[in-house]
Amino acid sequence: MNDLANSTESAIAPTSKNRPSRKGLGWIALAIAPILLSGCQIPGFGINQGVTETSHKVYKLWQGFMVTGLIVGGFTFVLIVFAAIRYRRRSNEIPRQTQYNTLVEVLYTVIPTIIVGFLFYFTIVVENPEVALVSNPPAKVKVVAFQWGWRFSYPENPMVTVVGQSTENPELVLPVGETVQLNLSSLDVVHGFYVKEFAFSQYALPGVVNKFDFKATKAGEFQTQCTQMCGLYHSLMYFKVKTIPAADYHQCLTNSTSGKQFIACANNTTTALYHRNTATQGAPVHHG
Amino acid sequence: MVDTLQPTTEHAHDDGHDEHHGASGLLNWLTTTDHKIIGMNYTVTSVIMMLLGGAMAMLIRAQLTVPDGGLVSLAKYNELFTMHGSIMIYLFAGPFAFGGLANYMVPIQIGAPDMAFPRLNALSYWLYLTGSITMLLGFFTAGGAANFGWVGYAPLSNSLNAPGAGADLWVGALILTGFSAIFTGVNLVATIFYLRAPGMTMFRMPIFTWNMLVTGILILLAFPVLTAGLVMLYCDRHFGTHIYDANGGGSPVLWQHIFWFWGHPEVYILALPFFGMVTEIIPVFSKKPLFGYKGMVFATITIAALSTGVWAHHMFTTGVVLLPFFSFMTYLISIPTGMKFFNWIGSMWGGQVQFTSAMLFSIGFLLTFLIGGITGILLASPPLDFFTHDTYFVVAHFHSVVIALVIGAMAGIFYWYPKMTGRFLSERLGKIQFWLLFGGGLLFVMPGYLVGLRGMPRRMAVYIIDPTWQNLNIWSSVGGFLMGISMLIFAANALKTMKTPKTAGPNPWDGHTLEWFTTSPPPHHNFYSLPNIKSERPTWDYFHPDAPALTHDDHDPSHVPGAVKADAQ
Repeated sequence: MNDLANSTESAIAPTSKNRPSRKGLGWIALAIAPILLSGCQIPGFGINQGVTETSHKVYKLWQGFMVTGLIVGGFTFVLIVFAAIRYRRRSNEIPRQTQYNTLVEVLYTVIPTIIVGFLFYFTIVVENPEVALVSNPPAKVKVVAFQWGWRFSYPENPMVTVVGQSTENPELVLPVGETVQLNLSSLDVVHGFYVKEFAFSQYALPGVVNKFDFKATKAGEFQTQCTQMCGLYHSLMYFKVKTIPAADYHQCLTNSTSGKQFIACANNTTTALYHRNTATQGAPVHHG
Repeated sequence: MVDTLQPTTEHAHDDGHDEHHGASGLLNWLTTTDHKIIGMNYTVTSVIMMLLGGAMAMLIRAQLTVPDGGLVSLAKYNELFTMHGSIMIYLFAGPFAFGGLANYMVPIQIGAPDMAFPRLNALSYWLYLTGSITMLLGFFTAGGAANFGWVGYAPLSNSLNAPGAGADLWVGALILTGFSAIFTGVNLVATIFYLRAPGMTMFRMPIFTWNMLVTGILILLAFPVLTAGLVMLYCDRHFGTHIYDANGGGSPVLWQHIFWFWGHPEVYILALPFFGMVTEIIPVFSKKPLFGYKGMVFATITIAALSTGVWAHHMFTTGVVLLPFFSFMTYLISIPTGMKFFNWIGSMWGGQVQFTSAMLFSIGFLLTFLIGGITGILLASPPLDFFTHDTYFVVAHFHSVVIALVIGAMAGIFYWYPKMTGRFLSERLGKIQFWLLFGGGLLFVMPGYLVGLRGMPRRMAVYIIDPTWQNLNIWSSVGGFLMGISMLIFAANALKTMKTPKTAGPNPWDGHTLEWFTTSPPPHHNFYSLPNIKSERPTWDYFHPDAPALTHDDHDPSHVPGAVKADAQ
């Protein structure tokens, strides 16, 4: 956006004397061109692809929205700055008192309508599969949030339950390449289950069980925490998500007799595979 | 030029500000029902509230410059961000707009002597002041102020999780200010419908008045719901009613629905008055009529109507709302908002844009609001909302919007200050303040977007040790501090004018609307005389009978000079 602004501001000065509209449009097109030309290599605009099938789609949706937003926002930004500078006061003469222009008014109603129509369409295309549930998920985890920690239990093996409070940073282990269904609820207040690399968050509500599916595509370890304000130790309600190959996941689950054993097994089997995400390498702080 | 702008020279001996009631000083101030004095009370009180809320923001930003905090405790931090948000939303932005400037300007803009219900208007102010003090008293209770966020989500706000008196004071304060807002809404709607001067048809009303009419209607739709919800919250806290308690058959999500059913119209209750202000200011300082007056009116009405059907976009991640419906409604609302942008641009197009402080603040409003609007469209998409919900991306989004509103408030203050006091604010200080506020605002929100995309949740007293997070937070804090300095400059500017002479005259900006046809400040009951009202710019028409004719694309007889409709209400 800044690039756009700079290029136009410098561009306005020479064109402001004669026939501003046509030349102005040319400069606007020139300013937008870099964005359009870089279309073949669209940047991530601050995010990366994440590690689930859905997060890849969300990434593309994000790119599309950002490109649209930058074009629409950039165009409007340029028009505002252009109008203010081009028509700055030069004399005390009263300008022509123009008002209303049906064509312009129709255009600035219809074009945005078409744009948001497209945005809505692509939203639905990504959203519907994201919130859909598979009927027989090969893996299931029950996640319960409480003040201030998490409990992860695995119906596949009732002996495996992982509980951790705040800086104990409990670990949620999920399979790679296989759909896992999470049942999320809360024991007390509203909490937020959020994994950036899954491009997903959902409230943990008391009295409601929220269900959603993930299909991880990559092994990794992701530091995260509760996102919904939940009281005194909200900022310390950490947890970790670890994705390991599905075969190892099921093997560890079957062979473990406790949560501790399960985590140890998950940590041992696939250390070499871990692709650490640099953005979240930070360690939880210990607040005194 | 100035001489020709004196419509009321025969009354120049009257300084106009004196009450004709006989009461004076403190007693007068306590018992007044004059909308102008009440409006000033509202304006001054709400600006003091903004400075208080801003001071809390400074503490918050100072805390976040290092990951492990250390400035304030976890508990105090929760109180600070709760009260920062509560003060800014409940005690500043709304009351400043609909209690302050609207209270002062709406009757004058439609040629009325006062609000329709002057005593109810006084009650509104005293309820607001009482409510404000009530909320702030929370800091002096043993358990501290309310600490569950300005949204007060159940069950965090119940008696188990927030047992202190601070929370009760917060609930009580919102009930008081809620009634204050409802009474102001009643007053605005009644005044605008019934007290317009002869010739002031609906489609000749100033656009600010139009926006305040729609705001008043929205207040009447939204605030009773919040107030009722708060009474139920109080019952849950003290009488064991379990309305929001899942263990007693109630529903925590019900609170969210009630809160946001108020909360989303509230976003527009806050925004529409500021839209109205800049829509007045931009044409005046471009020396042109508003580009699409009627389009603007219908855009405002459309925004208001849609705003009552989008509340659950705050609740996408609850998992229990109909995503496509609320997403679609939210997209729709961007269309009339976009129309407003092009109207503002169209009003400058071909004009003589004069960069007074008021105009600079208005342009700053457009640019900052544009950023908030574009990121709002990103958040309207549930998959992108799932990704960014409760992170700093959302914080940066709505701060882009509310910082735009603060910039818009400054535009309104600089524009109407001469009318309200007869004195000019320093333009030089105003421009310094503008660049600090606008630049500081951008510097505050931009790193916020980035740190949010990197996963930093909101409402965090401490955060993980990550150099990028910390660097972005430091930049945000620097931007926040610049905004703080800009507000100190504003306070100095306002205090400085107390010594300057009253030089403004009735019409310093060559204004369009009726408030510029009376003295500054206006006399008791506002007018000595009124011009013929035959368009939406009666004052302009009066002073520019020979101005280049209004050219129209479509031919509207109400704009033809001389075609005065005798429409006396």
